[in-house]
Amino acid sequence: MFRNQYDTDVTTWSPAGRLFQVEYAMEAVKQGSAAIGLRSKTHVVLASVNKSNSDLSSHQRKIFKIDDHIGVAIAGLTADGRVLSRYLRSECINHSFTYESPLPVGRLVVQLADKAQVCTQRSWKRPYGVGLLVAGLDESGAHLYYNCPSGNYFEYQAFAIGSRSQAAKTYLERKFESFTAASREDLIKDALFAIKETLQGEKLTSSICTVAVLGVGEPFCILDQKTVHEYIEALELKEEEAGDQGATMQEDPSSEAAPMDI
Amino acid sequence: MLVLIRYPYVTGTSVVGIKYKDGILLAADTGASYGSTLRYKSVERIKAIGKHSLLGASGEISDFQEILRYLDELIIYDDMWDDGNSLGPKEVHNYLTRVMYNRRNKFNPLWNSLVLGGVKNGEKYLGTVNMIGVHYEDNHVATGFGNHLARPILRDEWKEDMSFEDAVKLLEKCMLVLLYRDRSAINKMQIAKITEEGTTVYPPYSLKTFWGFSAFANPTKGAEGSW
Repeated sequence: MFRNQYDTDVTTWSPAGRLFQVEYAMEAVKQGSAAIGLRSKTHVVLASVNKSNSDLSSHQRKIFKIDDHIGVAIAGLTADGRVLSRYLRSECINHSFTYESPLPVGRLVVQLADKAQVCTQRSWKRPYGVGLLVAGLDESGAHLYYNCPSGNYFEYQAFAIGSRSQAAKTYLERKFESFTAASREDLIKDALFAIKETLQGEKLTSSICTVAVLGVGEPFCILDQKTVHEYIEALELKEEEAGDQGATMQEDPSSEAAPMDI
Repeated sequence: MLVLIRYPYVTGTSVVGIKYKDGILLAADTGASYGSTLRYKSVERIKAIGKHSLLGASGEISDFQEILRYLDELIIYDDMWDDGNSLGPKEVHNYLTRVMYNRRNKFNPLWNSLVLGGVKNGEKYLGTVNMIGVHYEDNHVATGFGNHLARPILRDEWKEDMSFEDAVKLLEKCMLVLLYRDRSAINKMQIAKITEEGTTVYPPYSLKTFWGFSAFANPTKGAEGSW
């Protein structure tokens, strides 16, 4: 995208019917480090790539528990993601308090989308620069949604956002039909494999990724590093056995940190 | 700070509710008293709420009507989501509890004792909440005099998974005792049922009474000091 005379504020339409500021906000999501989500009938798994700026600093948190039955993974401006997570938590807990019942994910997602839409129609605001993968469980089963800075939301069987997410999406597109009936373990392994795809040759270790699971009878929880490490080992074992069928060959393995996780 | 507690004007008496095999049964008479006058004799004190709940009320009738308006709005906004989710009896009960308790804290209560029953996804729910915000669930609940006269009967004779006929008979037994002993009760009552299929509020009918008991002839016999 190039600069043009219609991109100064969010309340200016371009002649082609585009809101450039909103599109630039979606660019911010594409530049953030990858986050992926996939679901089966009974479980949803979220995983994210967590690169830190330097060895001295800690990793940025990109996966948040919103309630026992809802969690989110974010990509883009993580500060915006944090603020939105606080809003989501607030909505969930207010609902639980009034109705003694968990807020249906579908409704939370709509509320979030409406909140994002407001920022695309006020001259004194800017769109949120973060995309959210919302994983949740309600009466009708497991759900995975993607909330966009534009105020749109979509439901997915599996999805990936952030930098190099296309590699993960390609893998997910190949395998998504098996997800509905997949076991919790297989779902987690698929998630880790998808994350691996976004790393493009760099070694997948439990220190650079985060995995979280949510399912029927299992409240949302972020897996600890040791457990993730074991899954990665199991994954590598499976790869060696199967003889490298899934891994793609990379010409130039890049080792730089994903740009712009501000 | 304004102290706004006043007193009720037009009141309904007991409501009794029990769980049975297919769902919940509620019973209440159709009377509304104005102090000691039996002023209105055809008042429906049990109403359906949404698809999954029934609400029975005793106490100030105008406050009950106000509560029905609150719930109407709640159900409408819930339906407007149009997303396959709907408020079940548990959610309605807890919403009512919040409303009642918050009003109580402002010294401006809705002067009612409510029974909320319903079935959702095969699960039966029966609860009560009153003007001070006290709320609980049980297999059988009652308001007002029903707590003193009906619940002891229910404690002895209620059992799990009663048939519709047995459950109605049990409720009628309770309502008969209330008719004999509660001064504000009238002999015209309604039964309402709610099952997974839906709600039915039956038309009012009367119970057969017998006043020829020998104990009624000499009511104070055996009560030392009475006349």
